Amino acid sequence: MTDATPKPKRKNPVARTRLPTLPPASRSRAALGLARAAAEGRFEMQACADCGAVQYPPREVCGSCLSERLDWREVANGGALIATTTLRHSNDPYFRERLPWRVGTVKMDAGPSVVAHVHEDCHEAGRVRLALKLDRSGQAVLHALPAEDTPNMNDSPQLRETHCDPKHRRVLVTDGRSTLGRAMVKALLDAGASTVFIGDPATWKADAGFDAFVASDPRIEPVALDVTDTDSVDRLAASIGAKVEILINTADHLRDGGVMNARDVGLARDAFDVNVLGLMRLAQAFGPTMCFRAADGTHGAVAWVNLLSIHALAALPARGAWSASKAAALSAALTLRAEFGGAGIRVMNVFPGPIDDEWEQLTPPPKLAPSAVAAAVVRGLRDGVEDLYVGDVAEELRARLRDNQKAVERELGG
Amino acid sequence: MRSRQSYDGVAAAVPFTVPYARYSTHAAHWWLGRALAALIRESGIAKADIDGVCVSSFTLGPDTAVGLMQHLGMSPRWLDHIPMGGASGVVALRRAARAVQAGDAEVIACIAGDTNHVDSFRHTVSQFSRFAQDAVYPYGAGGPNASFALLTDHYMRQYGATREDFGKLCVAQRDNALRNPHALMKKPLTLAQYLDARPITDPIHLFDCVMPCAGAEGFLVMTEERARALKLPRVRIRSTIERHNAYPDDPIQFRGGWAMDRDALYEHAGLSPADVDFVETYDDYPVINMLQFEDLGFCAKGEAPAFVREHDFTIDGSFPFNTSGGQLSVGQAGAAGGYLGLVQALRQLTNVAGAMQVADARIGLVSGFGMINYDRGLCSGAALLERGTA
Repeated sequence: MTDATPKPKRKNPVARTRLPTLPPASRSRAALGLARAAAEGRFEMQACADCGAVQYPPREVCGSCLSERLDWREVANGGALIATTTLRHSNDPYFRERLPWRVGTVKMDAGPSVVAHVHEDCHEAGRVRLALKLDRSGQAVLHALPAEDTPNMNDSPQLRETHCDPKHRRVLVTDGRSTLGRAMVKALLDAGASTVFIGDPATWKADAGFDAFVASDPRIEPVALDVTDTDSVDRLAASIGAKVEILINTADHLRDGGVMNARDVGLARDAFDVNVLGLMRLAQAFGPTMCFRAADGTHGAVAWVNLLSIHALAALPARGAWSASKAAALSAALTLRAEFGGAGIRVMNVFPGPIDDEWEQLTPPPKLAPSAVAAAVVRGLRDGVEDLYVGDVAEELRARLRDNQKAVERELGG
Repeated sequence: MRSRQSYDGVAAAVPFTVPYARYSTHAAHWWLGRALAALIRESGIAKADIDGVCVSSFTLGPDTAVGLMQHLGMSPRWLDHIPMGGASGVVALRRAARAVQAGDAEVIACIAGDTNHVDSFRHTVSQFSRFAQDAVYPYGAGGPNASFALLTDHYMRQYGATREDFGKLCVAQRDNALRNPHALMKKPLTLAQYLDARPITDPIHLFDCVMPCAGAEGFLVMTEERARALKLPRVRIRSTIERHNAYPDDPIQFRGGWAMDRDALYEHAGLSPADVDFVETYDDYPVINMLQFEDLGFCAKGEAPAFVREHDFTIDGSFPFNTSGGQLSVGQAGAAGGYLGLVQALRQLTNVAGAMQVADARIGLVSGFGMINYDRGLCSGAALLERGTA
């Protein structure tokens, strides 16, 4: 049985901060099909569209009938653990720091035999479930997990390398005054975050409800943060930057209005200032320190979360300026993902559908309860995914985009 | 199927080992060049008269055999590059033999060699193959130790082999190696030391692992008339086999391609396992020796542990085996490891094995095994060799 990860000890200020190392990241292009599934927490393998053979490792043609028509398909993830070993030596610096390390061979019910990381609670020669997880290099790897959940199984040292669990971590929620921000804080506290810094973009605006919320848990630390003000962002980073292990950017500027029929670009400028430049200011102020602290103790800096919108992928003309800012934020987030990659910090982009708050008053249901979005984000961190589609609207739009993007354009514009 | 033709009229000769070194500052070209020079010197054949070359090396990159020919100033009319790791020796022999038989070349130098810089092993392992890069190396980067640990774990569980069984083979090979001036391991090994060694990748412990090193091996293949004219002691090829990616549907490797081709091997030679005077297997890990005992017909599948308990594997023992000490005690010089057993067998059958000589050795069996591309070794080969007559 896995031991619960203990709360990290206070850091020795004179000890050298360990620098991050990463697991081997080279992959063939075909193998990156696994990353696509793992990024969303799905379990897919390459399968032949002609003969149906499931194959692993991924190939260029079907190893059975030589067809080039290869798909990625959700397949049964069960299997039998037929051999295991515990590595006490490794040729790679990342694994050398993490020995001993258990791996094994799993004969999948779906056909292939795979080499996988093996969870400590898996029994020798027993049944296992396979999961595709992103490792600290952001590459997909197979993990063999016990057939049934075991207590604290997510706390095993191997799985901790794949996820960003907020438990015992300090989190900054950049806008904690919004409905979603508050729900986010609450979910993080419930998940065992040790401190939640909640950004207050309007300290001048009295709000008894917010004050009561802040006073409701000693782990909440309100901080002044206006993401449109570089000085404000820099000041906060100077003060708490070395304590932030997860940053969740909830700041948003949602207003109705298209592109051509707006009187000026004022609304668009405001939306971009918060949603795009705000993200960049935060990245410049907090990113480098987070990178430096990615291997700092057992609970180093681990994740950066962007609350985007499904409309980052499909413009909603009624909110054209805002949609454009979300699309730009997504683009910036992809660059950020590449920049954080060297430290192994996960960038998770969240794509919710409409959220049931004051700015979506006129949007018809289904709408997402802020608490549901917050719960999904916590789940995403615990699962270690990097793209998170939340709610029926988002899921449906994503499916429609895959099916026919032109149809989506016409329908959203109608 | 058409019956295979014999190797009549072909001779293998001039076994040579360029003494191994743990690390080398030289390139693979240096090691291969020294092997070729030695074959020329020992045979008395002029460099220009070697009209065929067969090369195996992991560390020759970015060159292939072609670049090596310019490097060595050779103009062969027949050239082969065999990237089959531990099966390279047997495969080189059978390719070269057919080329000589067909008249495509008259004298073929078969050489294998690799250098070993302090970081070359990690480099080789991390980029060994596409499947290894995609689906093995990211899982702990244990290299071959981890892959063979899984096979060993499965074999022990399935067939009841113990560490003592593996240890007996390793200890016997070390005894043999103490008679081999080229062996890198110079100290005796006891079973107690074997069992007490530190674990590397359970159930693989220190003395189950070969030591990567630099070195080269070589031999010549030519017509029997040519060998006779040069007064070279020579070896006849009775039969050979090779197989690649055998039994792909086995969930984990517990047998190699030899099992598919064993009957053909003995039938073609008109021999049986009982006729074999000594055996040189590919021994990158002791479990692979057991697979070869079974798959080459010395005992049934799953009975190698009992076979090991029954026999003495030293040079003077009941089953003379890996008489050079094998890679486990000599060292693994990259692709040269795939030649080690063959070159040693040629020594035995040409009476130049010195202190390692197996008394009255007439028939030798050499087997090769190579390329753990993903989860199992893909190439297997074997040859039955006979002492040549004057």
